[in-house]
Amino acid sequence: MTVGMTHFLILSALLFCIGLYGLLVKRNLFSILMCIELMLNAVNINFAAFNYFLPMPDLSGQVMMIFSITVAAAEVAVGLALIFRIYHDFATVNIDKINNMKG
Amino acid sequence: MNFYVIYPEIAVLVLALLLICADLILSAVETRRSLGYAAIMILGGLFISLFYQYHIDGSVYFYDNLFYFDNYAIFFKQLFLAAVVMTILFSLDYAEKLRYSGEYYAMVLFALIGMMVLASANDFLTMFVGLELMTISFYALAGFRLDDKKSAESGIKYLIIGSVSTAVTLYGISLLYGMAHSLDFSVIEKTFNVFSPLGVAGMAMIVAGMFFKMSVIPFHMWAPDVYEGAPTPVTGLLAMGSKAAAIAVFIRILFTAFLHITDYFMPVLAVFSAICMIGGNIAAIRQKNIKRMLAYSSIAQAGYMIVGICAATPQGIKSVMFYAFLYVLANVGAFAVLSVVDCQNNGTEYKNLSGLSQSAPVLAMVMAISLLSMGGIPPTAGFTGKLYLFTAVVESGYVWLAFIGFIMSMISVYYYLKVVRVMYQGSPDNSITVSGSIRAVVLISAVATILFGIWPQYLSILTDFAAFTFLR
Repeated sequence: MTVGMTHFLILSALLFCIGLYGLLVKRNLFSILMCIELMLNAVNINFAAFNYFLPMPDLSGQVMMIFSITVAAAEVAVGLALIFRIYHDFATVNIDKINNMKG
Repeated sequence: MNFYVIYPEIAVLVLALLLICADLILSAVETRRSLGYAAIMILGGLFISLFYQYHIDGSVYFYDNLFYFDNYAIFFKQLFLAAVVMTILFSLDYAEKLRYSGEYYAMVLFALIGMMVLASANDFLTMFVGLELMTISFYALAGFRLDDKKSAESGIKYLIIGSVSTAVTLYGISLLYGMAHSLDFSVIEKTFNVFSPLGVAGMAMIVAGMFFKMSVIPFHMWAPDVYEGAPTPVTGLLAMGSKAAAIAVFIRILFTAFLHITDYFMPVLAVFSAICMIGGNIAAIRQKNIKRMLAYSSIAQAGYMIVGICAATPQGIKSVMFYAFLYVLANVGAFAVLSVVDCQNNGTEYKNLSGLSQSAPVLAMVMAISLLSMGGIPPTAGFTGKLYLFTAVVESGYVWLAFIGFIMSMISVYYYLKVVRVMYQGSPDNSITVSGSIRAVVLISAVATILFGIWPQYLSILTDFAAFTFLR
């Protein structure tokens, strides 16, 4: 059996769904950040796979992938800084305990 | 490579980096006001210089179609520059209270670069980078008040929901890339492969991600919390800049990349816009906090702007641009007043504004004018903007949408006037001092709101020109 594009798409869709599921279920901010990373990495697999199976030689998918990895790193850096502040202010990283604004 | 095309972005980037360096060199006790003034001068110069960039034909691409410098982009760049200049001007006092005010100015400028890149994005790569530059700066800005727990909460909420929307958008882009084999808007437009199930799913995901950024109603849940917790000037910039940038790029995606589905998509968009206007205005009525009220009202304003997109004509696009600009003017007034109140009365509840007409009559007057403009009362620019929007959409056959818009504008006047009543009836708790920069910015916003209401033709000609060269 050869590994075709469909396999990669299914893999990435699964990863994306696992990330989304974890995001909805997990209460710990660090786990939530990791789930977001999972979703972003699912996208990277998609880009790489689509680029590999492209009929003509073109690297735009891989370029996009590199940009998305970089941006995800920046996002996580800001996210960790904010979690640090949350822990400093609330002494917890449980997302249910910091939800004070409602309405 | 024609670097001249991206000179506004380069200038703002250099300015932001210089501000960071200057912040490091200045001694810790010294005020950072001077950095703010320097930023205002240079951004103001850029704003004026962009007037000379409008052109009849020969819009220029930069770097192989990645970046498009047309009149539409120039108009939105000017809008963002105006919004940021006025935001910095009224946050000079507010930034004193922040611990890292030098970095605050630099962050605002990074967000501005993101918005300006978004306005001329002509490729999903550029759009993604601009969008992320803007939103990541805003995550940091939302959590900028170290003395306020709410600020950290709003920052983390914005980050989580914003990153999810980014992931969804990116997934959509990847599916579209797989179908169209390109990220270029104009190539995607010409590829009929995108009408496969995967391609349509990709388009839907991209649109959903954009709806998150525009806070259209099923995807709006982050907006009220983030608006309430973020520092007041940042809330203002979120309402003006972030929303306008998302709408700018949404229009470009819709009318270049997705041009062939617009006929099918417009009725759906009309329904979203109706939900937005109804939901936003009704939810705004029962808010206690004015920032939260303005968050819901900004959701409704997004609905009004989408009305113009539904028209899918140059008139519609023109009315969206016109409305976005006067929405910036109205918001500058309202948030400038709110930032003073937040600073000196320690809160933005309705009761904090009571008796503002006695403690600071100018601020109360400007707040009233700004709110009436958002509500669309005749002598102000808001009326003209809504007139353009609803005329354009009626000409395209969506009479019911215009009808909902009219009714909802009337309802919105109720909660806007509630603020005015509190300001003019209550008695003040303490006196309020108004600094020169605040006085300048509120007067600019009030005068401009009324001038564009009485003589809309100058702004109208400009937006007409930009819209007609955009859709031809």
